Amino acid sequence: MSEIIEPVDTAASESGRPSGWRQLRGLVPYLQQYKKMFALGLLMILAVAIIGTLPHLLIGVITDCLKGSPRPLSTLSGTPRELLQPIFSLYTPFSRDTLSFYCMMLIGVILVKEIFNFWMRRILIGGSHKIARDIRNDLHAQFMKLEQEFYARNRTGDLMSRATNDLNAVRMLFGQGIMFSASTIVTTVITVYFMFELSPVLTLWVLLAMPLIAIAYWYFGRIIDRLSNQVQESLGALSARVQEHLTGIRVVRAYVQEKHEIAQFDSANRGYAIKNVQLIGTTSIFLPVLSLITSLSFMILLLIGGRKAMNNEISVGTVWAFYAFLVRLILPMMALGWVTNIIQRGVVSAVRLNYILASEPGIGDAAILRSSMSPGGENGDGRPRSDGRPGMINTGTSIRGEIEFRHLTFTYPATSSNGSQGQAILHNIDLRIPVGSTLAIVGPTGSGKSTLAALIARLWESPPGTLLLDGRPIPEYPLDELRRAIGYVPQETFLFSDTIHENIAFGVNNPLEADVCKTAEIASILGEIQGFPERFETMVGERGITLSGGQKQRIALARAILRQPKILILDDALSSIDTDTEAKILLHLRYVMQQRTTILISHRVSALKSADQIIVLREGRIVERGTHEELLTPGGYYADLYQKQLLEQELEFE
Amino acid sequence: MHEEKEHEKFNGAHFMWQLLQYLRPYRWQVVLALVLMLAITPMELAGPYLFHIGIDWYILPYSSGQISPTMAAWGLAIVVLMFLGVSLGSFLLLYALVRVMQRIGQEVTYDLRKEIFERLQRLPLSFLDRTPVGQLVTRATTDVDALNELFATGVVAILNSIVLMLCMGVMLFIWHPALALASLSPLPFILILTLVFQNKVGKANWQARTVIAQINTFLNEHLSGMAIVQLFNRQEKAGRQFAALNQKLLKASCDSINAFCFYYSAVEFICMGGLALLYWVGGLRVIEGSLQIGVLIAFMMYVQRFFQPIIDLSEKLEIVATAVPAAQRIFQLLDEPVTNLSPVKARRKAATHGEIEFRNVWFAYEGGANPKDENWVLRDVSFRVKAGQTIAIVGQTGAGKTTLIQLLLRFYDIQRGQILLDGVDLREMDLQELRSLFGIVLQDSFLFAGTLESNVKLGTEGIDRTSAEQALRKVGLGPFLESQAQGIETPVTERGSTLSMGQRQLISFARALAHNPHFLILDEATSSVDTKTERLIRSALDRLLKGRTSVVIAHRLSTIEHADRILVMHKGRLSEQGSHQELLHQRGIYFRLYQLQYKEQEALGAGASESLQPMPAIN
Repeated sequence: MSEIIEPVDTAASESGRPSGWRQLRGLVPYLQQYKKMFALGLLMILAVAIIGTLPHLLIGVITDCLKGSPRPLSTLSGTPRELLQPIFSLYTPFSRDTLSFYCMMLIGVILVKEIFNFWMRRILIGGSHKIARDIRNDLHAQFMKLEQEFYARNRTGDLMSRATNDLNAVRMLFGQGIMFSASTIVTTVITVYFMFELSPVLTLWVLLAMPLIAIAYWYFGRIIDRLSNQVQESLGALSARVQEHLTGIRVVRAYVQEKHEIAQFDSANRGYAIKNVQLIGTTSIFLPVLSLITSLSFMILLLIGGRKAMNNEISVGTVWAFYAFLVRLILPMMALGWVTNIIQRGVVSAVRLNYILASEPGIGDAAILRSSMSPGGENGDGRPRSDGRPGMINTGTSIRGEIEFRHLTFTYPATSSNGSQGQAILHNIDLRIPVGSTLAIVGPTGSGKSTLAALIARLWESPPGTLLLDGRPIPEYPLDELRRAIGYVPQETFLFSDTIHENIAFGVNNPLEADVCKTAEIASILGEIQGFPERFETMVGERGITLSGGQKQRIALARAILRQPKILILDDALSSIDTDTEAKILLHLRYVMQQRTTILISHRVSALKSADQIIVLREGRIVERGTHEELLTPGGYYADLYQKQLLEQELEFE
Repeated sequence: MHEEKEHEKFNGAHFMWQLLQYLRPYRWQVVLALVLMLAITPMELAGPYLFHIGIDWYILPYSSGQISPTMAAWGLAIVVLMFLGVSLGSFLLLYALVRVMQRIGQEVTYDLRKEIFERLQRLPLSFLDRTPVGQLVTRATTDVDALNELFATGVVAILNSIVLMLCMGVMLFIWHPALALASLSPLPFILILTLVFQNKVGKANWQARTVIAQINTFLNEHLSGMAIVQLFNRQEKAGRQFAALNQKLLKASCDSINAFCFYYSAVEFICMGGLALLYWVGGLRVIEGSLQIGVLIAFMMYVQRFFQPIIDLSEKLEIVATAVPAAQRIFQLLDEPVTNLSPVKARRKAATHGEIEFRNVWFAYEGGANPKDENWVLRDVSFRVKAGQTIAIVGQTGAGKTTLIQLLLRFYDIQRGQILLDGVDLREMDLQELRSLFGIVLQDSFLFAGTLESNVKLGTEGIDRTSAEQALRKVGLGPFLESQAQGIETPVTERGSTLSMGQRQLISFARALAHNPHFLILDEATSSVDTKTERLIRSALDRLLKGRTSVVIAHRLSTIEHADRILVMHKGRLSEQGSHQELLHQRGIYFRLYQLQYKEQEALGAGASESLQPMPAIN
């Protein structure tokens, strides 16, 4: 399993206590969907709690029978007495038959209780997994909808941690959390009620120590909270120390700082150990204190109950039943800390999940449905229109592939970590790419080439009216439709751990085998694929073969070509491919892309030179444009690049 | 799949032995813990017995009029007091036990962390290069904590349960064999049930874990490649795939839950059924008059205590289940071989001279002693640097320049040839001593979180505050020091993120200067800085290089021109060497490199440099 390094916990910052609970409301629909199931679960809890009192009473009755009390549990009154009347009617003191009968009955009652118990756990815990499945599906659907801006803002590791750890914590909250809290409350109420009907005075005596438990929880809870925070901080410091050390390992080794670093680590290590010992000092006294308090209850029972039994105020069986009830009350008390922990973690995690679920996708069709356009499609100013007529283009309209940039200035949203904030990455771009032509873009790193390409595919949203497709503002096209018309080969090749066939067929539903083959040939990868042991069925990635950078790029290219796109975007997509193969691919492409628009970003002049139109981007502005020949006039960026690459080629052959 | 493989490799006995080694320094504490555990047992066993005494000696005799009220009252009071005493005693002992065990756990994990970190110091860079930093951090933190959980919680609870159960079983059998037999009759059933269900639950759990791993992989991959998913309209299909996986997970989880729920309920039923049996067997005897009722009650209490740990045990086993893989990962790291060690008998180096020689050096990062031909990074490189000379290394990216200087510090060991310092092979020298002869400034000037002072001094003894400050002033950071309220104690954040690129470079210059090395190794930063900083760096560099044997990977034309000699690296070979003018005249690779990379700087150096805008200090 791959390791996911959890980012330094951001949960704390996002979850102000009060708002935490309010944000929990986002999860209410999931509960509502399963309300029948929860109702059934609660019914089971009730059944278990009520039936669960019977064995205790029965044991008391048996004890009285053995002791020879004339009436079993003589002090029992109220509804419980009426309920147990049929059982009591069979009572004869010192009778073997009564004993055998009650013992059989005990087994029967326990069986019934355990059956309910089984279903209670199964329904509630199983239900929590169903909820988790629904949330997980919704999270995934939401991930699919959210735009690039969201992914620029949030690291994958953090999102993963939310989708796994936090989801699990929320599941625990819905499952164990709800089950234990409800069961504890119901059981306590019913048990105390029965005890009260058995002997009110003894009940009060025995429960005398209970407030002490609450006080102990409150007192130790605070200290443990504070200390665990400190432990977490120390752990953070320790991790940071190791992390920094490993990142700067070359400086450390070069300056022979190993001993010094060990000493520094040692103090962080010691600090962490000390904080842990402090925490343990508190936790290790907490449990013994709890069991001491509970022994106090038992002591009181022995003393007061014993005296009452001596005076025949209550029967020995009653004392014994009290003992059993007390055990039943105390066990959940011991687990209280565990349950509160589940609930607290669950609430914090729910907030973290809600962050994703409540994020509004910034790019989509919904926004457009609300905005308007003028009939000619000239001014997509995005002003809402009162009649609410959808400004979408019919899905039937086929895209031809003419692209036009009109005074486009683009700035990445301020929240994203991508690019320098607030600074425009593209300035006043005016550009027309006719249907079927090839545009080549060149320029230094960071000049805005990839951004320009990404805007066409609406990975980022361009300002209204600045980007037109076939003469209409690009947001008027349904997103699906638009992207179906585009074949995109991004700068960073990303293949999925699946077969080569699946990777090439990624964007097409059930393509013909022959088409996949032909596409691979166009991308000059067919020969290599056929050389693999399992050919197109060869797995890519961790569990399969390791492809070279060039092979990956060509598969990504095939993936885009197979869609037979109207617009093909190659974002520096041939960089790891040698120049010969590149030339071959470009030749193939020229043939395939005859009626289609191609946008080609490259650093290699050899790839660019036959384009219909070449632009040079520099700091977000078009500084040169023209054909290869036109741009060769000395002094320009393009001409300079050309010269340098000639030199480099010479060096290559040296 | 993965987990199965791990299982096969797992050697339980060896693993336990390895773990126990860490307990050795604390053996007396362990003995103390065991003694405490044994001491607690009678206390924990006393409670029900006291109930028996209270009921059979005082309550029942009194209510049937056999003893006097005073005697009964006193007797009961004494029993209750004893109960109180036992409770307090077990409270104190339990506290002490947990304290001692947790303490041992902390000490052991402290030692383990320390050992891991010290091991990291000795592991070859080739290992650290290929292991993600996050993974190593996890080893030293989360994994060790999982192990602590095992020591501190798992082991104590399990041992404690076993000791308690054994003592209780023996005691019950001595007290009343027939009742003991009835009370413990559920035991074989529980064992059989556990064996059957362990298998089933284990399988269901394994299934669930496998699906979770699949889901995580799927999700991670689709999050990383979200742009592709969206660009290729794959959302729906991906959604279907995910939902299918998700449904599989639900099924696997439910299987596991059902098995668990059944197991829990069945165990509880068997335990309580045993109780009913006990009551029947005992009850018949009570009616016969051969058994006191208090004994029966005491037995019931014992039985409850007997089976509770068994029910808890499965929980504790989970702690063990997470700790074992963590421990395995740690041991794997600790077993990682340490290479390029100092020789046992290192040759002392007088270091009066300062001459460097590469003699037919071949080196590859991959492939061990006999790398494949295409893996060679350096091929037959030979050159000499005379004492006090500065040589500049130039070449294209990937020509082997950085490798050259890393080899000089023996970050890696070469496969063929020799690297000599004043005629002594690097491998014959003490590693620490070797490195302390060098001062190094890397391209990415790495600063540690701390202060300016700590970044100049690092941990080196013999550099005091004055010399650190001097060094900072010598590289031209005097005005900067003055501008800072805290002067040399100005805090530096992680990686020096609050300082500009130029400042970071200058600080690492100061660091090298303060260490006053015999040799200087410099990998010039390629990033552009403003002209003022450029001037500062230039003059700091002159100061740094003066009188020292220096090897510089040059990116600045001025550095190249100032060098005594230029080595031109090309495709792993040393293809040309000589002075700037000589090499230009050769019209070879250097000539082309010069045109490619350095010519522009000449134009800039001339003065008219409009385009040399001060760049913002981003990365």
